[in-house]
This record gives sequence, C-alpha cells and structure tokens, in this order.
Amino acid sequence: MKLKKNLAISETGFVFDPSTGDSYTLNTTGLEIIQMLREGKNPEIITRKMTKTYDVDANTFERYYYDFIGMLKQMQLVAPDEE
Amino acid sequence: MKNNKLTIAISGLNNVDSPGPGIPVIRGIRESKLFESRIIGLAYENLEPGPYMHEFVDKTYKVPYPSEGVEQVMERIEYIHELESVDVIIPNFDSEIYAFIRLADRLNRMGIRTFLPTLKQFEERHKSNLPQFGKTHGVKVPQSVAVTSFEEIEDLKRDEKIGFPLMVKGKFYDAYKAQNLEQAFIYFNRISARWGLPVVIQEFIKGTEVNVVALGDGNGQTIGAVPMRKQYITDKGKAWGGITLDEPSMLDFARHLISSTKWRGGIELELIRTPDNELYMIEINPRLPAWVYLAVAAGQNLPEAMVLLATGNDVLPFTDYEIGKMFIRYSFDMICDLSEFEKLSTLGEL
Repeated sequence: MKLKKNLAISETGFVFDPSTGDSYTLNTTGLEIIQMLREGKNPEIITRKMTKTYDVDANTFERYYYDFIGMLKQMQLVAPDEE
Repeated sequence: MKNNKLTIAISGLNNVDSPGPGIPVIRGIRESKLFESRIIGLAYENLEPGPYMHEFVDKTYKVPYPSEGVEQVMERIEYIHELESVDVIIPNFDSEIYAFIRLADRLNRMGIRTFLPTLKQFEERHKSNLPQFGKTHGVKVPQSVAVTSFEEIEDLKRDEKIGFPLMVKGKFYDAYKAQNLEQAFIYFNRISARWGLPVVIQEFIKGTEVNVVALGDGNGQTIGAVPMRKQYITDKGKAWGGITLDEPSMLDFARHLISSTKWRGGIELELIRTPDNELYMIEINPRLPAWVYLAVAAGQNLPEAMVLLATGNDVLPFTDYEIGKMFIRYSFDMICDLSEFEKLSTLGEL
C-alpha cells in the first residue's frame, strides 16, 4: 500500500494533506507505521518490527494494523490507485 | 514602473464578521516594494472600521450607494478626484462593480484607472446565467434558475426540473440550503426582502467547498491563482480560517476559465469538489475576495499586480505559492475618538 505522494508528515506525528487541506495527529506507534509505509515496507516486515519492539503478538497487531489502514483509506490518504 | 507614488481609492472597508475585501487589498498594496501608495477609503457607512484604521487608510470619503444612481457616484468621485488626484480606483463590492464598469471610460478620461471585467464578462457569470456560462466555457455547473415568485419554485419541483435539497441564493449575497418547499418559502421571502428579485434557485451539489482567488490580464492570461479550503466557516458562511492547497486541478480550472473568458481583473471561483473529485463551479465573484491576503502571504501579491496592470505596466505571471499557508481571522476592539466619528458622520470625510 502506498501513501499519497504529496503527504507531509512531521517528526511530531502531524500529517498534512495539501490537496484537501486536512491535517491529522498521530500517536508514536501510528507515526512509526506511517514512516515504514512511506519507506515501502510490506505488512510482514512492519508486523515483525512492531511485535519485536512492543509487547504485542502478531495476530493482535495485524488486527490493529488493518484497522489503521482502513482509516487511512477512509481519510483518502492512500495513493488513488491503491484505494 | 512609471509612477512610484500612487493615490489609490478603495471601497469594501467593512472589516466586520462578514468582511469586505478592502482592508486585505490595502494590506497587499501597502506591502508593495514597487510603488508607494496613498490610500483613499470610499465608505458607505459611518461605522465601517476601515476609515478609523489609519495605518491602512490615509483619508476616507463617504460615497453614495450605487443604487442611488451612477451619476451620484460619479459626482462624488469627481469631487474626491479634485482634492486627491486619484490614480486608481478598486471597487470591492459585487453590488458596485456594475456601476464602475459603466463609469470606467469616463474615469479613464479623468486619468483614473480601473482594472475591471467587461460588461459582457460581468453579466454572463451571474448566478442565474450559470447553466449557459457552463456550456459556453466548458465547465461543470449546477442547474440554476432565476425566479421572481415562490410559485415558480413549486413549478420547478412539480416539473422535476430541480429536486430537494436545493440552494436559495440572493442575486448578490446570501445562500441557504432548503430541504423542502416550506424552507424554500422562508428563504425566498428572507432573501427577496433583503436583496430584491430575482432569487436564484440552484441544484445542491454534495461535496467539499474549495475556492480559488485569481487575477486575469484581460487577454486570457492568468497572472496569479491560489487555491484555498475554508477550515472554519462562520454562521454567515464566511471563512474564519483557511489554508492554501496543492491542487493542480483547481489551478487548471481557473486558468481554463480565465483563458476562455479572457477575464480582466480579480476573480474568486467558488467550487465544489465532489467525492468523485469532479469540480463544479457554483459561483464566480467578479472581484478579489476578503481572504485575498492569504494569497499575498503565500507569495502572490495579487492586489499589487492589479494596480500595476491598471497603470499600464507589464506583469509577469506568478509561477508559485506556498502550500499549507493558513489564515485565521480575529476580531479586535479598536478604540476611536468620538470626534472622528463626528467628522465622518457630519462632513462625510475623515
């Protein structure tokens, strides 16, 4: 899944979509996931990294991960051909 | 630049909760590094804040409402010109643009420049003419019908020419969304009592409202254009906060329209972006909007460019602007002396 190209993501977790003017605030785990998505990492790599860093098993994380991806799609933050 | 000190007369000084564009236009002009300016305010009411904002307005004259007649306006401008040697006039209200278009040649002969749309451009973009305008210039517009009685709205509904919800709009200002005939009746009466007839009935387009401020050179070239989305809207539908967008489709839309109409002067496009990313034009305002200072702050000083064009200078088109630049309006209690209010009320000058 690819994020919209022109999305501005700051280190503080502030996300700005310059095509709509909408802005969002991410918590630290959300920011980590978004940064990995931007680097082109696939869900398997992201799951491995997050389960290694945090006290969460792969099944639980995946559930949260796909919820989060659904939210990104709903907010139209993913590249159009990926929606 | 031919003349580096210009006397510029500007209206729209009602910097209130539904502000006129006068003060934001002046802010842009004041920031010019190409010319100095003496600003002459043209005020309609004694309590417009602009005349008392001396850092922006050097001298103010009361002027008659255009509805009192073009000759009355002209007479007052002649008086002001005699005292002030006005170089440029920038009218900022929709309701006065028509009068100044009609006066433009006479003003020009007096040495007063304007930079306004032609009468044809002004007339064809009226809300009631939108369907034809859309066809002529190849842009999507909502179905719009000008009505002079409530019965006509009932006919439109019965003949299924327009459905609910629909927008009820004044010919110059005001717009309400009506969910049914009862609401349409209330809004029709409210708007016709305030702004007269006709009232415009417009198809409601679902989506996000976005706006573009632009300046056309009159030959089809866009001198500048900045797209914006309102982030906070007042109960009067005015932007209290907004942000510049990175939206090439909106810029293409504005450039196409200015090229097709050969628009001359400032313009504000009110657009709806549908969930399918289609742009519908719901209104064209034939002047710079009250949020024009956002464009100045983002790197396109459109008021300055307009003055340069009015005074016969070549202006290169802007190629860039800062994305994500925001404005937030605020209210501020300005303290004024009674003597100033007295002066403007009794002498018509301040």
